[in-house]
This record gives sequence, structure tokens and C-alpha cells, in this order.
Amino acid sequence: MNRTETEFNPRTDGQDLRGRVERALSDVKDPEIPALSIVDLGMVNSVRCEDGRATVSLTPTFLGCPALSIIQHQVERRLRQVEGIHSVDVEFVFTPPWTTERISPEGREKLREFGIAPPPCALASAHLAKPACPYCGSEETRLENLFGPTACRSLYYCEHCRQPFEAIKPV
Amino acid sequence: MGMPPVVSKPAEVALHRGYQEVVVQFLTELADDELTLGHRDSEWLGLAPDIEGDIAFSSIAQDEVGHAAFCFDRIAELTGQEADVLAFARPATERRNARLLERENGDWAETIVRHYLYDTFDRLRLQALVESSYRPLAEGAVKMLREEYYHRLHMQTVLARLGRGGEARERVERALYALADEVGSLFAGSLQDTRLTELGILTASWEDIASAWCEQVAAELEDWGLPVPAGLRAVRPAEDGRTVHGAALQRLLSEMAEVYSADPLATW
Repeated sequence: MNRTETEFNPRTDGQDLRGRVERALSDVKDPEIPALSIVDLGMVNSVRCEDGRATVSLTPTFLGCPALSIIQHQVERRLRQVEGIHSVDVEFVFTPPWTTERISPEGREKLREFGIAPPPCALASAHLAKPACPYCGSEETRLENLFGPTACRSLYYCEHCRQPFEAIKPV
Repeated sequence: MGMPPVVSKPAEVALHRGYQEVVVQFLTELADDELTLGHRDSEWLGLAPDIEGDIAFSSIAQDEVGHAAFCFDRIAELTGQEADVLAFARPATERRNARLLERENGDWAETIVRHYLYDTFDRLRLQALVESSYRPLAEGAVKMLREEYYHRLHMQTVLARLGRGGEARERVERALYALADEVGSLFAGSLQDTRLTELGILTASWEDIASAWCEQVAAELEDWGLPVPAGLRAVRPAEDGRTVHGAALQRLLSEMAEVYSADPLATW
């Protein structure tokens, strides 16, 4: 029996089954922000490989996020293509809760390149800290609307380059 | 009664007498509140007075329905019922939402006032769930609080703006007096059942929640220069506030369940 269970680490470099599974998870993108993988987002809580069976526990970003079931199906489909994996179980866990601090440094950079400002701070001071403009980097930005095209985004306006932009809400 | 139990998973509920009945009843109220208001929110889609309001209400509706789904899933774990059946197939007589939330939206001012009053209540209720003896619910409450933060912040911003004057302010005042008569329904049902706190499912009594709610609502309305109707300074729980429903809920349910009822066995 070949059993491994450790905290998820996307940088695992091994050539073993577990390494292949972890790399495959980086191919699963957020359907609403395709520049980001579920690994960048910090949604992968743990990975377990046992006798050809992969069990992945994911932390939902928002409870009502409509992308959850799409992500679940994509994880199942992608991992079934991994050599040595016969079956895949995806479970959602709520503890510890997903917060925007779980987005990786690489994920924050990819968000910015995509034109979405990464969250500036933790939730407690959300109304005080404004995100920098993802286009020109200016701090002269103002909140236009707390809500945006998806539940996890707000709308801002950059006074410097005069561009509206989206930002991830700190939660 | 001694220390309340800690119930880490659904299977442990049976170990504590009366626990299942009380927790299922309370989960039903949480789920029905969120589903009912979430559906009302969705009715503004494409119709809100400005694009910001429209966008906000579609996201808020999605959050509320997501929270309802979370609670229905927790009930399903305990009773073996299906979440979709609970959400769509229960008749109005079995619904346990507060009557305040089933009212037709009314005008924009009334919509905002109701949401603000509910969000302030919901936050206090969720805070009293973070340390709940029913751990699966406590975990969800932590998550919901983080999302609900933005709902309340949005309602506060819009309400303060509407309250500044003119016709908007008149409409806000009218809504405050109209809704003051209905807020007692929020405090009906499980909150009146002392077993809820004895079992540690909720860590605050209805009196704690009500007095914190009245204090906060009055202070904020005064900050915005708005009147505080007597019914918001001191609440009296409406005994039948979650059990007797009006024609508005009947209409809401037939619309919400129209697709589901067309073919309850369809797979999506």
C-alpha cells in the first residue's frame, strides 16, 4: 500500500504520483478568472493519494460561488488523466475558512496582470485601505461600488490613469 | 442543566436528547430567512434604479441563496431529506422564515431599509453562532459573517445617502414606520425556545440579541438624521412571526419553484 498524506505544497518537485497530482491541480483554473489556478487561489486544502485513489479537499471561496461545481468536475476530470490515478474524490471543507490571505504571491501577481487588483489587506480594515491601480500602480483610487461582476469583486476608479478597475474584496 | 455538549459531526447529534429537533428547527429558520430574502433580492435584477444597485443585489442574492443552500445541506445530513426538496417542495405552512422577509419588495427605499434591518439582526445572530456547540454550523457562521459584512456595509452606505433629503428621505421614513410593525417576526420561533441556548447551539439569548439590535439600529438611524419608530427602540417578538405566512409568501414560492415543479425528478 502506498499512502501519503501531508499538507498541500504546490512546489513539491518529486516525480512520484503525489507530485504529478499536485502539478495537475495547477492546470485547474478558476472559471471566472482563468489566469488563476485553484492552487494560486489557495483553495486546495489537502491532497491524499492511496491505492490509486486521489482525495482532494477544497476550501470554497464564497459559500454561494456558482463556480464550485464546475471546479469540482474539472478537478475530477484532470486528475483522472494522471497516470496511476483510478478514481478521484473531491470534498469541500469549511475549516479553516478561505480568506483572501490564502491567495499565493504568484496568484496576486497573476491577478494584477489580468487587470484585477489583489486584495490590499485583511477584512477588519477593508473600508480604510484602498487597492493600488493594477494598470498604473497609483494609490489614488476610489471605491465606486462594493459589488462587481462576481460576488468576490468590487469596482474602483483610478484618479491617476482614469481607468475603472476591479479588485478582489478582502474576506 | 450542566455544560452544553460539543457536537462535532451529524452522527453525534443522536447522543444528546432533544438536540436534533432543536438544531433542525433552527437551521430551517436560518435557511428559510436567507432563501426568502435572497429570492426577493433577485427580483431587482435589471430593475434597480442604478447599475451599482443592480450589480450589488445580484451578488447579494447569490450570497444569501448560497447561505441557504449551506443550511439546507446541514439539515439534509441530519434528516436524510434532500436539500432541493427542502428548498422548493415545502408548502408555505412549513416555512419558517420571518414574515418581515416575505413582504413584497415595495419601493427601493423599503427594500434597502428591510435589508439593513435584517443584515444588522443576521450579523448578531451569526456572531452568536461562531462558538456554537454544533460545530458544522459554527464553521459556516464564520464564513457567512465574512460575506455578510459587505451586505451590511452596502446597505448602510445606500441608506445614509437616501436619508439625506427630498423624496428619497420621505420614502425611507415611510418604510421605517411600515417595517417597524413587522420586525417582531425576526425574534419569533427558535429564539424563544430556551433549549437553543441551553444546548449551546446559540450562545446569546433573544433578549441579548434584541437589545444589541435596538441599540445599534437606533444609534445608526440617529447618525443619519432619521427618525427611530418606537417599534425599533424596543422589540416584542411576534408569537406567530415565523409560522403564519401571508399571500406574499405563497406567490413567492410558486414563482421560485416554477421550474422545479415542472419536473421534480429532472437532473441538472
